[in-house]
Amino acid sequence: MLGLDKKDFRLLLIVIAITLLAPFILNPFPENSGMAQFNAGYPDLMQRFVIYGIFAIGFNILFGLTGYLSFGHAAFLGVGSYAAIWMMKLVTLNVIPAIILGVIIAGLFALAVGYISLRRSGIYFSILTLAFAQMSYALAYSVLTPITGGETGLQIKSTDSPLLSNLEPGEIGRANLFGMDMRAGFDLSFGDWLFTINAGYYIAAVFMIIAFYLSIRIFRSPFGTMLRAVKSNQTRMYYTGLNARPYTLAAFVISGMYAGLAGGLLVAMDTQAGPERMFWTASGEVVLMTILGGAGTLIGPVLGSGAIKYMENILSKINKDILHEWFAFMPDGLEDFVITIVYPFIGKGWHLTLGLIFMAVVIFLPGGLVEGGQRIGRLLRGKKANPDDEKATQSTPAE
Amino acid sequence: MSKTDLTRRGLLKTSAIAGAGVALPTIFTASSAAAFTNEPTGDTVTLGFNVPQSGPYADEGADELRAYELAVEHLNGGGDGGMMNTFSSNALQGNGILGKKVEYVTGDTQTKADAARASAKSMIEKDGAVMVTGGSSSGVAVAVQALCQEAGIIFMAGLTHSNDTTGKDRKANGFRHFFNSYMSGAALAPVLAANYGTDRKAYHLTADYNWGYTTEEAVRASTEAMGWETVAAVKTPLTQTDFSSYIAPVLQSGADVLVLNHYGGNMVNSLTNAVQFGLREKQVNGKNFEIVVPLYSRLMAKGAGANVKGIFGSTNWHWSLQDEGSKAFVKSFGTKYGFPPSQAAHTCYVQAMLYADAVERAGSFNPCAVGEALEGFEFDGMGNGKTLYRAEDHQCFKDVLVVRGKENPESEFDLLEIVEVTPVDQVTYAPDHPQMGGAEATLGECNPGA
Repeated sequence: MLGLDKKDFRLLLIVIAITLLAPFILNPFPENSGMAQFNAGYPDLMQRFVIYGIFAIGFNILFGLTGYLSFGHAAFLGVGSYAAIWMMKLVTLNVIPAIILGVIIAGLFALAVGYISLRRSGIYFSILTLAFAQMSYALAYSVLTPITGGETGLQIKSTDSPLLSNLEPGEIGRANLFGMDMRAGFDLSFGDWLFTINAGYYIAAVFMIIAFYLSIRIFRSPFGTMLRAVKSNQTRMYYTGLNARPYTLAAFVISGMYAGLAGGLLVAMDTQAGPERMFWTASGEVVLMTILGGAGTLIGPVLGSGAIKYMENILSKINKDILHEWFAFMPDGLEDFVITIVYPFIGKGWHLTLGLIFMAVVIFLPGGLVEGGQRIGRLLRGKKANPDDEKATQSTPAE
Repeated sequence: MSKTDLTRRGLLKTSAIAGAGVALPTIFTASSAAAFTNEPTGDTVTLGFNVPQSGPYADEGADELRAYELAVEHLNGGGDGGMMNTFSSNALQGNGILGKKVEYVTGDTQTKADAARASAKSMIEKDGAVMVTGGSSSGVAVAVQALCQEAGIIFMAGLTHSNDTTGKDRKANGFRHFFNSYMSGAALAPVLAANYGTDRKAYHLTADYNWGYTTEEAVRASTEAMGWETVAAVKTPLTQTDFSSYIAPVLQSGADVLVLNHYGGNMVNSLTNAVQFGLREKQVNGKNFEIVVPLYSRLMAKGAGANVKGIFGSTNWHWSLQDEGSKAFVKSFGTKYGFPPSQAAHTCYVQAMLYADAVERAGSFNPCAVGEALEGFEFDGMGNGKTLYRAEDHQCFKDVLVVRGKENPESEFDLLEIVEVTPVDQVTYAPDHPQMGGAEATLGECNPGA
């Protein structure tokens, strides 16, 4: 259906179900309970899950299929954000034109960067993209301050009056979709459980589902096969008379446009753009997301981005007081000892935990979380899994 | 025998309908009862402390968090009460805020606008924080302030020195206690004139970002007004760690004063380079070559070590101040943590207290009522003498300290000495001052959310 075979269609349905039910799935613990700390079902984080999911899906089209490791993908995210916010400041507060402009500008920028960077491969390609991204960051931070707002970034202000909107003087414009505010929504409470249904999240979720569908189609198309050929042996492709450059460039631009879409959506959900979005650590983050989840797999990047964003937002907020509450049942000396051991790994130490998990995944599960899931699945089914099964979801192992 | 038709699907359906029935009334009450975002309904109130716990300003963030924890302890009636005893307003009783026990959540801004907003949003959306405070850079302050304006909660800025926070980016729901670039320039100029004369030639090295620009502009304007000449102003990349290539041309330029518009690690490195180049032993135009650092902090002075000796700068507050408020604060902070607080800690503690006090006086957590209580509020006993929260731009006006690196420090905390306390009148400016965004800058309307 929809041009997908049965297995892929099932995967798509699962992704659709999970994204649509996310507000419920992510809030499994009742409000006011000690475990509520681990609830992730609030609008901002859910939006980030799907937006960074899009970013990682796009990155995976380049890295997972062609094996070209771009270390500057955050630049496209940032460029998309700046384009989108200018569209909102000047033309209309509707998010659709802003997102479209973000995608187009990011695509053009990716075309320029890709045209130059793809002349080299391997580490030289990574360094070139990194250089471009750092250059964009530095420009946005200082030289281009009139356009980018420098360190403080850009926001919609009360002095902005977009052409196609009728704001009262002094009113601060808000992002909307044909009049529907991105923050519109309501709370559903079932007894102690509280679920937040948010308009912005569902709009972003629809974009992610479309992005995910497109990525399946690309993976399964002849074009996708060609990209895999680039990864396995580019020289051989050249010898058979095929020019790989147009294919890699197309993949680069497509993944740049995915990043632009993510950037535009970030602005649509939270109307501000700043240069940190383009910093090299942001580029590194998407690489981590993809590898953590499973490069070259369909669902992997989405899982990876979810895992990282969850840790960044939930783990980092656990402070010493909360630990004391948790371990209050222990005798005093032991409590302090346990807290001393645990404390470096939570709160500001979440980077450390992420690093350890990343190492564990790379060493023991080279195929990322997806491989972990497959192994568990195989164990449950008593190792009688069909070998085709693995092929379908994990076409090429990560390197 | 009766047959009960209990299928899984049927059960799910019925329970979903029942659940929806239970939920329905709460949906309506939830949206109609709350007069503003996150109205505290239980017997506790949650505040959000959003500070840098990682990244270049992590040290300051850690100190800010200590101050907030101390403030919460005092608000809930613990400890010795600190500045609550010296605060001119006596609304706070030590029984929480409006009788509600104060609880708090913390987050890591990472000194990145995006991360700071994400963490503030989770405080607002998930934890139900009614006020967010903290931060250690202007980019973060401006971003989080705008977010709080949109969400309809109060933002009490932490350490942010750029003019923009209460200048062109001022917001009705945001308040800043810390001083700003303009005030630094205005406070420093007379001291510089008295010590170095009025016919100096200045060379600026400016960190290439927003705060650097506003500080350079402020210092230039106030030093040029008293007769100094600005020979050159060179922008340095924020990530620069070796400034020797920027220092070398200074001597050829004929300048006899070097102004370092740098903060944090930048300042530590540029000052160290300048001193190593022997700039301070040089004679130019028949005068001693001098270096000025517009914004000082104790943590920076510690980083630069002996190089800060004799160098002028300005600061918001210093623990060696001898007024009652400062003494009370230093005492309770020192008792709890074993060392004196930094200016970041002071400003954050005061912001938390001022917020709590405004809520008490307003009798409500409604951000509009709180804003009204803070606007035009005059108080004393919080460490900087008489202070005014100006209604037009939500900036605090108070005395500014001009400090100098101490020649013979007695401890690792005793690095700066106060040269002059510049009275508030000298640093006051019009709300529509051109450095503050001019006539265009407006607070907008206060937003209670919901």
